[in-house]
Amino acid sequence: MRRSVPMLLAALAVMMAGCEKKTQPASTETDTSKQAAQGQGGTAPATPPAGTPTGEADTILLGVATSLTGGQATFGVSTRNGIEMALKEANEAGGVKGKKVAMRVYDNQGKPEEAAQAVTRLITQDKVVMVLGDVASSNSLAMAEKAQAAGVPMITPSSTNPSVTEKGEYIFRICFIDPFQGYVMAKFAREHLKVSKVAVLQDNKSAYSIGLTDVFTRKFTEMGGRITSTESYSQGDTDYRAQLTAIKKSQPEAIYVPGYYSEVGVIARQARELGLKVPLLGGDGWDSEKLYELGGSAIQGSYFSNHYSPANPEERIQKFVADYKAAYGGVPDALAALAYDAARVAIEALKKAPDTSGKALRDAIAQTKDFPGIAGVITLDENRNAVKPAVVLEVGDGTTKYVTTVNP
Amino acid sequence: MAQLLQHLINGLAAGTIYALVALGYTMVYGVLKLINFAHGDVMMVGVYMGYATAFALGRQTQKTFLGVVLIFLVAMGGCALLGFLIERFAYRPLREKPRLTALITAIGISFALSYGFQLDIGFLPGAAPRAFPEIIQPTEWLVIGDRDVVVWNWQVMSLLIAVGLMVGLQWLVFKTRFGRAMRAVSYDHRVAALMGIPTDRVIAVTFMIGSGLAAGAGLLYAIKDTSVSPLMGLYVGLKAFVAAVIGGIGHVPGAVVGALLLGLVEEFVVGYAASTWRDAVAFGILILVLLVKPGGLFGRVAAEKV
Repeated sequence: MRRSVPMLLAALAVMMAGCEKKTQPASTETDTSKQAAQGQGGTAPATPPAGTPTGEADTILLGVATSLTGGQATFGVSTRNGIEMALKEANEAGGVKGKKVAMRVYDNQGKPEEAAQAVTRLITQDKVVMVLGDVASSNSLAMAEKAQAAGVPMITPSSTNPSVTEKGEYIFRICFIDPFQGYVMAKFAREHLKVSKVAVLQDNKSAYSIGLTDVFTRKFTEMGGRITSTESYSQGDTDYRAQLTAIKKSQPEAIYVPGYYSEVGVIARQARELGLKVPLLGGDGWDSEKLYELGGSAIQGSYFSNHYSPANPEERIQKFVADYKAAYGGVPDALAALAYDAARVAIEALKKAPDTSGKALRDAIAQTKDFPGIAGVITLDENRNAVKPAVVLEVGDGTTKYVTTVNP
Repeated sequence: MAQLLQHLINGLAAGTIYALVALGYTMVYGVLKLINFAHGDVMMVGVYMGYATAFALGRQTQKTFLGVVLIFLVAMGGCALLGFLIERFAYRPLREKPRLTALITAIGISFALSYGFQLDIGFLPGAAPRAFPEIIQPTEWLVIGDRDVVVWNWQVMSLLIAVGLMVGLQWLVFKTRFGRAMRAVSYDHRVAALMGIPTDRVIAVTFMIGSGLAAGAGLLYAIKDTSVSPLMGLYVGLKAFVAAVIGGIGHVPGAVVGALLLGLVEEFVVGYAASTWRDAVAFGILILVLLVKPGGLFGRVAAEKV
């Protein structure tokens, strides 16, 4: 038994040595590619990362940073799948100007600090020409700062907090923004559900949730409604009984919970358990198949605003849904659709731009107009945000039902 | 009034879970003077063991009495083994090293478990949260008024199980030969070894009991809040640690009182003040208690032995 201790230490030492070996060649490669870039007059060519078999010249590399682990992991996985599908289709159709388009994905664990690091690594080490990501606005904000500073264009597929694109002229988004989503739900609650008393339960760790709450509260009050109480929780909580008991006392006719599916499902269960029978209202953060599992029957009959509905009968949408199902199994959520759209906008820009410099790509993306995306037609306004309608969905038994469309 | 009562029930239910987790912290600290930061994550592993067992049993069997007992046994037994392995390979080699070394190792194990379980390879569950099956069919145990106050069967059960385990633990520590050995090791493990007490075995068994308790707490937690995820242990672990410190770490009834206090304070802050203040108040109380009584509510400040 005595021998096991040195053995364990030896195993650790080997692991550590392994780590060192991995990082060293990567950094030297960065140096040489930097020199090569300088030799060619400043424009950095897309360099494939160490270990990629394809030659340097025939691949354009896009960087993706998203949450593959952590509380919002399904968002990240959907995003990656959507982008992967778009790239695959583009490459099968001949690529961009004879070059293949590839992506390099880093996990940000759902944390802003990791997201910032991932983008720095994508830009400085992997030399990507463009960055795609993330879903959660808190992460995208951290990423946008780095991308803007480096002059590398970034497209967020699904971050709805307005301040993301306010980071600078290199940051784009192809979805609507929080004020609009908050407005959609306020309007829906007043005009469709005809309720006048709503309680709010927000996630006070998330820029997204706070943003939606602000706009919802303002618009709903303007429309003649009343907010009976505002409570908050932090991401990662699992016990919301205290907040819900306080909400119950204020006797609302609906509860606005602009959080993420990982918490919303549990909130719905506990609300029903405490005898709160009113519907919950939410935003696109609800959109995950996990919502049905976590919420069970408690979440049925609740409503959320979203970017698209997989039940939309339009042909290109149904083709996308079928292709996605074949490749990954499962109905694509809005995040997959938006990521697919974002990657296609990026590819379109690569085709239009004269070269792959940040400036040229930026200008090409900015010109996106009437682009037929899966989640609505994309036209970017002067603030680099997409202007498009939202749908309201009702949660059913393991699926969603389309209720109505609310226009901007 | 009804609302007050409901808050009281919610707070007690939350406090009970903290108490069971806090017991593990306090026991290990008692014998080893080590804050086992991996404790919350051992609890998480236990929950996933229970989850896997429930699925293996199928929808029907998992709800029977035998099924539930089996789920608890597998999870608690599995975690006891995990606790043994962690102690044997991570902490025992460092026992004569400075205490900080073991503490950092504990944090390392905590991260290895919580992030390792986010991988999606083999038996590892992946990062997405999952719904824990309803192994105990929730039924209302007590309803007052028009559902003004609702007490559920599992809330009562959790409380009974927690109290039972605490009484059992107290008996184990103070009334058995093994308990006496534990207390001797806690007092001075070198001298205890000279007196013929098998210190390694006592410490290993303490770890196993603590880890088994964590698994039981984790299952009650999963039944209560219905959602399981690899990061659940970090959060509950931290709260339970605070509870143990408030009560006086190393002191068994102290941990329970601290945990119930924490659960109730959190609940009432959210219910009657503002939900944003919850953690600030909880940790503020910790600071206050440590300022007034540095050893915690029940702890004694031991003079450093030279």
